[in-house]
Amino acid sequence: MVEPLRFRDDEAVADPAVTVDSFGDQTNAAAVRLEPGDDARDLLPCLGRLRLVEINFPGFGDGRGYSAARILREHGYTGELRAVGDVLVDQLAAMRRCGFDAFAPDIAFDPADAQAALARWADVYQTAADRRAPIWAKRHPGAVHG
Amino acid sequence: MYKYDTYDQAMVDTRVEEFRDQVRRRIDGHLTEDQFKPLRLMNGLYLQLHAYMLRVAIPYGTLSSAQMRVLGDIADRYDRGYGHFTTRQNIQYNWIKLEDTPDLLGELAKVEMHAIQTSGNCIRNISSDQFAGAAADEVTDPRPYAELLRQWSSFHPEFTTLPRKFKIAVIASKIDRAAMRLHDIGIEIVRNDAGEFGAAFYVGGGMGRTPMIGPLINGFVPLDQLITYSEACLRVYNRFGRRDNKYKARIKILVHEIGAAEYTRLVEAEFAHLLAQGIEPPLAELARISENFADMAFEVGAPGDVDRSDPDFALWLDRNTHAHKAPGYAIVTISLKPVGGIPGDASADQIRLMADLARDYSFDELRVTHAQNIVLPHVRKADLHALWTALDGAGLSTPNLDTIGDIIACPGLDYCSLANARSIPLAQKISQRFAARQEEIGELKLKISGCINACGHHHAGHIGILGVDKRGTENYQLLLGGSEAADTSLGKITGPGFDEDGIVDAIERATDLYLTRRADGERFLDTYRRLGMEPFKEAIYG
Ligand code: SF4
Repeated sequence: MVEPLRFRDDEAVADPAVTVDSFGDQTNAAAVRLEPGDDARDLLPCLGRLRLVEINFPGFGDGRGYSAARILREHGYTGELRAVGDVLVDQLAAMRRCGFDAFAPDIAFDPADAQAALARWADVYQTAADRRAPIWAKRHPGAVHG
Repeated sequence: MYKYDTYDQAMVDTRVEEFRDQVRRRIDGHLTEDQFKPLRLMNGLYLQLHAYMLRVAIPYGTLSSAQMRVLGDIADRYDRGYGHFTTRQNIQYNWIKLEDTPDLLGELAKVEMHAIQTSGNCIRNISSDQFAGAAADEVTDPRPYAELLRQWSSFHPEFTTLPRKFKIAVIASKIDRAAMRLHDIGIEIVRNDAGEFGAAFYVGGGMGRTPMIGPLINGFVPLDQLITYSEACLRVYNRFGRRDNKYKARIKILVHEIGAAEYTRLVEAEFAHLLAQGIEPPLAELARISENFADMAFEVGAPGDVDRSDPDFALWLDRNTHAHKAPGYAIVTISLKPVGGIPGDASADQIRLMADLARDYSFDELRVTHAQNIVLPHVRKADLHALWTALDGAGLSTPNLDTIGDIIACPGLDYCSLANARSIPLAQKISQRFAARQEEIGELKLKISGCINACGHHHAGHIGILGVDKRGTENYQLLLGGSEAADTSLGKITGPGFDEDGIVDAIERATDLYLTRRADGERFLDTYRRLGMEPFKEAIYG
């Protein structure tokens, strides 16, 4: 397998990621893999001991993993969040915004394309898991949230 | 209307460059067609029967004369001299070359336009009331809310691969001119007893093969929670909408299968969680956007009398103008349905002429209606005759708004790869058959779809026509009794289908019955509702 593209400074977790079902039984597991049909909120009671969550994209057109990623981040998960499977370079920017900080695509990204994708958007319209200041916040510096 | 600031402009410019890069990677083979397809669809580019079709966004149907002029120039330069206005208040070009699209998008960006999210499984261009900001009956202008939602939904990182496409409409009048409850989310801006504005959310409406009228899930979302509530609605759909069958993937199926109450419960729970996430723009942003939609400098004391001595002009006046909120002004609808023409089509010259007329007579503004016509929203009554004269000289004065000649038709088998039957030639035949009697028949909304996907809104037509494939030949089913207005209803199939000539005859038998049986002041739809299907069936099948 290709080395994951990571945007973290810590050591990568070496443990294999287990399914959500077996994760529930294994009190010491630190890595879990979410499939599109799994409910990310099932992991909330154990966020503290998780160091790696892999979110699988069996097909690039199934976007449930984007919501799963944001939900985990919104509930305070700070460990590695890795997109695996049919992950394409044109999805990289949106996935970063949803809180993914590692990528293990089936087919490695072209490094130049990946770099261009990440550098492309100077601004964003929404608040998301990356906490970038959206355009409306720049238009109204100092305004309190609605 | 809304003016881009440097941020908005940079977003659109960036998208042009991103798409230029994607087209380059497609042409040099880095991207397979399978991988490229969702990328081009997110930018409104479809592969049709004969060429690429590009759909350009006209947010909530509002555009300036400068923008309209560029749409005309693009029709000349990149298409075959025509543009096609659609039921989504957008414009489509049917003869586009892939390698031209980045430059074409660059031209659009120069006048603050784009094709972002005009197709694909994402939040589509937001639609609205074509009379917004001009109608005498609205509680407020709905477009600031539509623009707020446009920015929120543009490149939303979580919602680029939804189960299916997602359409939102925003209105602010009890008179629904936007088929609001036939959208994935329909929002009606309302005012409560305390005089505050809020948003009523209707979720899970839609047409297609399983038409549904959206149920109300929240009658009053405060304006400073509008985006958060929308995000909750979308997240629940993204997580739980069906992905096993593309025909069951729209949100209407989710809402129907789990029930509106359970969907609402899920949304409210997600909403409670999201309220703490700081995703709502401050009200100051809504105020900033609203300034762009301030009233025009309407002339005080503009004369209200119109000289009706020319009967052709008087007919057009009665058919194609509506009451304006400012005294001495009128709302004009230009019919793009000339007798025997292609519904919604306009030539490059006609598009440019309408741009000039908007500049001269309508404060520089135009609207596209979901019935595929063009509106000049703010015309001084004193200018109506001059305007009509100019339109008449360009074949744009057809006095048939909301009559049987004002047909909505999808592209059908002439362009669309999914079609079962042709829509356009049938529309042309119907409009010719009834041209002499359309005024006598009065309001009758006729809508044609070339297949069950219902792009021509046939379920919502007083008369609807659906193209089906009957053992390899084109066949048409007839529906009666649909409506997309505030009294929303879905049409019912009359019985066995017809061939192309047969369906025109069947419509004539139905309208003949209406003319003999109508009570005073009844529209076709009213008579149908009073009498029910049986007498119409008898008349049609004899
Ligand atoms: S209704 Fe069918 S034929 Fe008509 S445009 Fe839509 S998909 Fe094509």
